[in-house]
Amino acid sequence: MLLSGDEAVALAARHAGVALGAGYPGTPSTEILEHFSELGGHAQWSPNEKVALEVTIGAAFGGARALCTMKHVGLNVASDPLFTAAYTGVSGALIVVSADDPGMASSQNEQDNRRYAVAAGLPMLEPSDSQEVYDFMFTAIEISERWKIPVLFRMTTRVCHSYTVVQPRLTPGGPKPASFERDIRGRVMIPAYARPAHRRLRQKLAEMEKWNETSPLNRIEEGNASLGIITSGISFMHVREAAPEARVLKLGFTHPLPMKKITEFAGGVSRCVVVEEGDPYLVEAIRAAGIPVEGKADMYRFGELDVPRVRRILKNDRSPEPASPPGKPPQLCDACQYRIVFEALRKHDCIVAGDIGCYTLGVLQPFEAIDSCVCMGASLGVGLGLRHVLPPDQARRVVSVIGDSTFVHSGISGLVEMVYNPPPNGHVLIILDNSTTAMTGHQEHPGTGRTLAHQPTGKVVLEDLARSLGIRRVYVIEPRMGTGEFDRLLTECLESNELAVIIARRPCILIAQRLKQYEAQRCECTASQPAGASAP
Amino acid sequence: MSKVINIIVAGLGGQGVLKGTDILADVALRAGYDVKKSEIKGMSQRGGSVTGDVRFGERVFSPMVPAGEADFLLVLEPTQVEPHRHLLQPGGVLITPDAVPANQLPNRKTLNVALLGALSAHLPMSEAQWLDALRAGFAEKFFEGNRKAFRIGREQQKVKSPGVKPEA
Repeated sequence: MLLSGDEAVALAARHAGVALGAGYPGTPSTEILEHFSELGGHAQWSPNEKVALEVTIGAAFGGARALCTMKHVGLNVASDPLFTAAYTGVSGALIVVSADDPGMASSQNEQDNRRYAVAAGLPMLEPSDSQEVYDFMFTAIEISERWKIPVLFRMTTRVCHSYTVVQPRLTPGGPKPASFERDIRGRVMIPAYARPAHRRLRQKLAEMEKWNETSPLNRIEEGNASLGIITSGISFMHVREAAPEARVLKLGFTHPLPMKKITEFAGGVSRCVVVEEGDPYLVEAIRAAGIPVEGKADMYRFGELDVPRVRRILKNDRSPEPASPPGKPPQLCDACQYRIVFEALRKHDCIVAGDIGCYTLGVLQPFEAIDSCVCMGASLGVGLGLRHVLPPDQARRVVSVIGDSTFVHSGISGLVEMVYNPPPNGHVLIILDNSTTAMTGHQEHPGTGRTLAHQPTGKVVLEDLARSLGIRRVYVIEPRMGTGEFDRLLTECLESNELAVIIARRPCILIAQRLKQYEAQRCECTASQPAGASAP
Repeated sequence: MSKVINIIVAGLGGQGVLKGTDILADVALRAGYDVKKSEIKGMSQRGGSVTGDVRFGERVFSPMVPAGEADFLLVLEPTQVEPHRHLLQPGGVLITPDAVPANQLPNRKTLNVALLGALSAHLPMSEAQWLDALRAGFAEKFFEGNRKAFRIGREQQKVKSPGVKPEA
């Protein structure tokens, strides 16, 4: 069967008896949990990646096999629990998938998350195609259970979203049943316990490095000794095509690195080149170990690699690369209600601190109505910071704009900041509520009242939450063409000099039909609910 | 390394570009080839440009067709021809909506299938294998319409390039 890398993760997780998968939608990782759920796995969307990782750490503390998925910037959000989970270790297994996006097909940066493995001290695997994704998942679980440590499973867009042939395997024995084993000194990281935990971590890494020297995850493709190439991940595939005669050391377990194996390989070829996408992680580590190798020119750290670029790297070609003609950019759907909001913001010449979602497209023509977009939830903090320092005539025009899913993700703490440190002339937050996590493909979130699998569950009512913080001006409005209603409300809030939250609510047009179905199912469900179930 | 056939399908979101690559990958798999398919997802629902790569042969490594090495380029949207032309190798085959007279198609939505029909005239897979892939790739009620569109594309292509032989 032909599977995408994401589908292969999900299939392996099912076959390996993973008890719980949690994450937050983020291209190119989103489909992992969607498929896992379709295959019958227990998959959950968490409000954000930090919570997702904490939930899966909990599951792994309980002795179960757990899977946490996110895109590269998501790991920034989850990094706090990540670093300390390396110290605590786990009882079961914990696989953390970081789906990186070199070239930024759909992200705000192209950070290279291999660095996290080094910084946090975690074992890391890098599969090159869907078959390896599937096979490496089982090995990742073995590593995690043997050394009782989370494993960073690092993928990139071309591995996640390319479809390649997968032969599933007959699975060995399933997981042991979950059960709690008290280990206070191992799990409670007060300094007295954390100090020995760090030493234990370094000891584990030394043992894993030794094991890695003979691990089948790394292999040598035989070839001409005149050219040796060290590579990992999708780059291996490009290398095999760009230089079919070269001898290749394909690394699959890329932290801690098998330095003896690398030394031996480099010593056996006349010329040794490291071909990697993104940061010069491998090249720096190998040179630090005293092994002279060629890297790539700096120009090749931008964007993803492909066969032509690898050919250029091997020829040390630093001439300017041909520019690709631009494709047609995406834009807000014609009937999207957010168009009304952006027109109003433009009309009032607002300074707009924006956020991440479909509405980020408001930065493009014809609106050009977003002035900043940094990371999830930043719209609140950035808007407030601007309000605190700008002269009044400018400060009064500052507005923060955020989506419903992004708000639950990391806007709530920004709203608390707004109440706790209010700017002198108030502030206006617009929550664009289309009842879905749209940009990543219409997933549910805690504000929709439905689980990942679209079943009814506890719901965060955004206006109630805002009011509970003591904000008096909280409005819910459905933006409608030609009425001027939204414009009038925005004007009133901007002129009030008070804190205001405007919830612009109308379901995303692309899922309007689906929503009707879910609502109908929910009515059937709640008709037979026992007392005490969550209120509709 | 034996020859790999490189095919790129391009168009705008909503035109069935990725669906086209699904069918193409499926028919190649049915014919016993190693297949890799690659796409950049995410902008399709919002009218942005969408491109999908399909590569098949005895053994395929990189999932992406190198620029300038596509053997076949299918473009579903006239405005997307120029931005993608550089992906085609010299002598490569370009298949655009002109390959099929618009009024002959059962409906506009079958354009992607019709262009696959045109492409099929150049490829070694049998019509039966293609029809199996079409049947498997869509709900049963669409099969008749798809079969018609596919055959229109295939026949038209044979008329336009009478000497065309499927690649060995």
